[in-house]
Amino acid sequence: MARDWRDLFIIQDGPSSAVQDSASPAAEERRGGRLRRLRESLRKTRQALQSEIQATLFEDLSDETWERLEEALIYADVGARTTARVVSQLEQEASENKLTGGQELSERLVGLLTEIAQSDNDKIDLRPEPTVILVAGVNGTGKTTTIGKLAWHLSRELGQSVVLAAGDTFRAAAVEQLEQWAERAGVAFVKGSPNADPASVAYEGISAAIRDHADVVIIDTAGRLHTQDDLMAELAKVRRVIAKQIPDAPHETILTVDATTGQNGLRQAQLFSQAIEVTSLCLTKLDGTAKGGIALAIAHELGIPVKLIGVGEQLEDLRPFDAAEFARALVS
Amino acid sequence: MFDSLADKLQATLADVRGRGTLTEDDINAAMREIRLALLEADVNFKVVKSFTGAVKERALGADIIGQLNPGQQVVKIVSDELTALMGGAARELSFSPRPPTVVLMAGLQGSGKTTATAKLARYLREQHSSSVAVAACDVYRPAAVDQLVKVGAQAGAAVYEQGTDRNPVDIARWALDRAKQEGKDVLIVDTSGRLHVDRELMAELAEIRQAIKPTDVLLVVDAMTGQDAVNVAEQFGAVVDFDGVVMTKLDGDARGGAALSVKAITGKPIMFASTGEKLDQFERFHPDRMSQRILGMGDVMTLIEKAQGSYDEQQAAELERKLRKSEFGLDDFLDQMRQIRRLGPLQSLLGMIPGLGKELRGVKLDEREFDRLQAIILSMTPAERRHPELIKGSRRLRIARGSGTNVQAVKQLIKQFDQMRKVMRQVSQGRMPDLGAMMRQGGR
Repeated sequence: MARDWRDLFIIQDGPSSAVQDSASPAAEERRGGRLRRLRESLRKTRQALQSEIQATLFEDLSDETWERLEEALIYADVGARTTARVVSQLEQEASENKLTGGQELSERLVGLLTEIAQSDNDKIDLRPEPTVILVAGVNGTGKTTTIGKLAWHLSRELGQSVVLAAGDTFRAAAVEQLEQWAERAGVAFVKGSPNADPASVAYEGISAAIRDHADVVIIDTAGRLHTQDDLMAELAKVRRVIAKQIPDAPHETILTVDATTGQNGLRQAQLFSQAIEVTSLCLTKLDGTAKGGIALAIAHELGIPVKLIGVGEQLEDLRPFDAAEFARALVS
Repeated sequence: MFDSLADKLQATLADVRGRGTLTEDDINAAMREIRLALLEADVNFKVVKSFTGAVKERALGADIIGQLNPGQQVVKIVSDELTALMGGAARELSFSPRPPTVVLMAGLQGSGKTTATAKLARYLREQHSSSVAVAACDVYRPAAVDQLVKVGAQAGAAVYEQGTDRNPVDIARWALDRAKQEGKDVLIVDTSGRLHVDRELMAELAEIRQAIKPTDVLLVVDAMTGQDAVNVAEQFGAVVDFDGVVMTKLDGDARGGAALSVKAITGKPIMFASTGEKLDQFERFHPDRMSQRILGMGDVMTLIEKAQGSYDEQQAAELERKLRKSEFGLDDFLDQMRQIRRLGPLQSLLGMIPGLGKELRGVKLDEREFDRLQAIILSMTPAERRHPELIKGSRRLRIARGSGTNVQAVKQLIKQFDQMRKVMRQVSQGRMPDLGAMMRQGGR
């Protein structure tokens, strides 16, 4: 069963009116459409791997099986190290006669991948008032789009009042882009002057949220490569300023990772974590043919869970992450 | 994390050195390292497979006796094969005999098309003195047109836009007419990012191509792309038959195996490399340098080019004369420092030096240290700069005060300068100190 938005967020007052509303037929239908879209996009994701895995699994468990399994995981960008772990684990279980045929191997593989992708901490806690969400990532990974969609869901489906803070003061027209999203989602919007210090924009966003008793404030930041030390230091400063204003904040720090990213994604997660203590990933652009296996490597090696996935350009195409579904989509 | 493949191969084959011949086992061990390194670099696994096959064949047949050591030998084979696979020399855009030359930009969302469009515009203006216009055909992403208007203007290009209400095919056609009317040399058409599996948008791209008949179609690919790069390139190739690739975000630490995969599978050359957020950080792509990067062997050619670009031959001759006559003073030292700084941030320079990458990884260079040294030298009298040995107690104190540093810093500078002068004198007299050995000792 796919996770729904209600499973992702921890909200204080129990189900709000907006949530109850989603049980209405119209909302059901909307959700049905969303699931269909997800199935559709994950189907594309699946195709390439499917042929590899099935061909593998219908044969007996030979040396060739392991090699082809390895290739299939590598092909999904899972990375050499995590792949080696998964394959050697399965190989060992097979040698202990725990796995006897292709079908069993297939099931165990999905189970193992789910275990790696799964985290106990897979929710976003919206109880702090206001909840501060900081979003960062490499250029072009989809930060602003993700924020726009997240604001829309929080506001329209969960009845939360949201403030967006345009902390990307560097890229041309980034502020305008976020402003358009804020209009679509019908949420409040705070911006600074061009080339303003992003930390000051974050500060003002939070101040506005406190003043207006908003539930959630989401802070956008400029895309930056994890190798740019000065820009990473700037990002760390944004975080420090936020923490000074509200001691526990940011309550959620989301790193957007493009599903097409290869092994460099690990470095991204590592260095962004050093700077701003990333608490979760949003895996974007899963609607292409890329499998986003790098998220498994990041979960395996760094223990940072995925909480959100992006599967398209429409507002509804941001979804809560479901580990089992993701694992199945990778290999079934 | 990023041990270079070159280092690993050397280590794997180190014990073979004494024997002088490679056994099949040695080569298999080396192939495992190559395979792993290439996969870590995001080279497509099919490409890796055929590549290691080719390398193995050459390594088995190679005569290694009396030549380089076996490790170096294999490194050289890998390097040669990588360069061959990347396609040899750099390639330029083709220019239409009847202007405007039309360049169509395409790619996935977030690969960096709009930025690359502006950078290419600036590049063509600077390198070919072309008058360039850019057309804003991304009508889907919020504020994409605004972005191109801003960066296009910064690049000194005319920006043709019609907002977001018109069909991108019509905008492209209109922009082409206008470029003809205004007598532009080049028109670069920016398009919205699209997924290669999105039939509707891919059909639209094909329609734009049909409408404006571009001289060259460039696919913009993020250097951090993983195994999927091949799918993307194949599908875009099938729909718009692109002529070359722009690799973006090459200033990160991604190994850029995607470049190798795309070239190997589609046969289309990588033409340009985008290496930073500033508009001038855009250059022709050099395949041989990319193979060095994948191998982790630094980028000597870029360094040499940079150095040549900012070095004055007369100055060099003068410097050599001074060295020979031992007239090299602190003023000259300051000149040298300033020249080095003109090459770019030190950190990025060090990354280009082969072998140094590993030793200096994680070492943070404080650029301000330069400013401090400069302040100290500028606080000296001309006589002191020529003859630092004059500087004793009270002069030292005066200099420290004048430069806002302390006596220790002044002392240290002079000591370092003395040492440097000694080394330079040796070099100028033809006795080359073993820098490699010095560095290795320093690093361990």
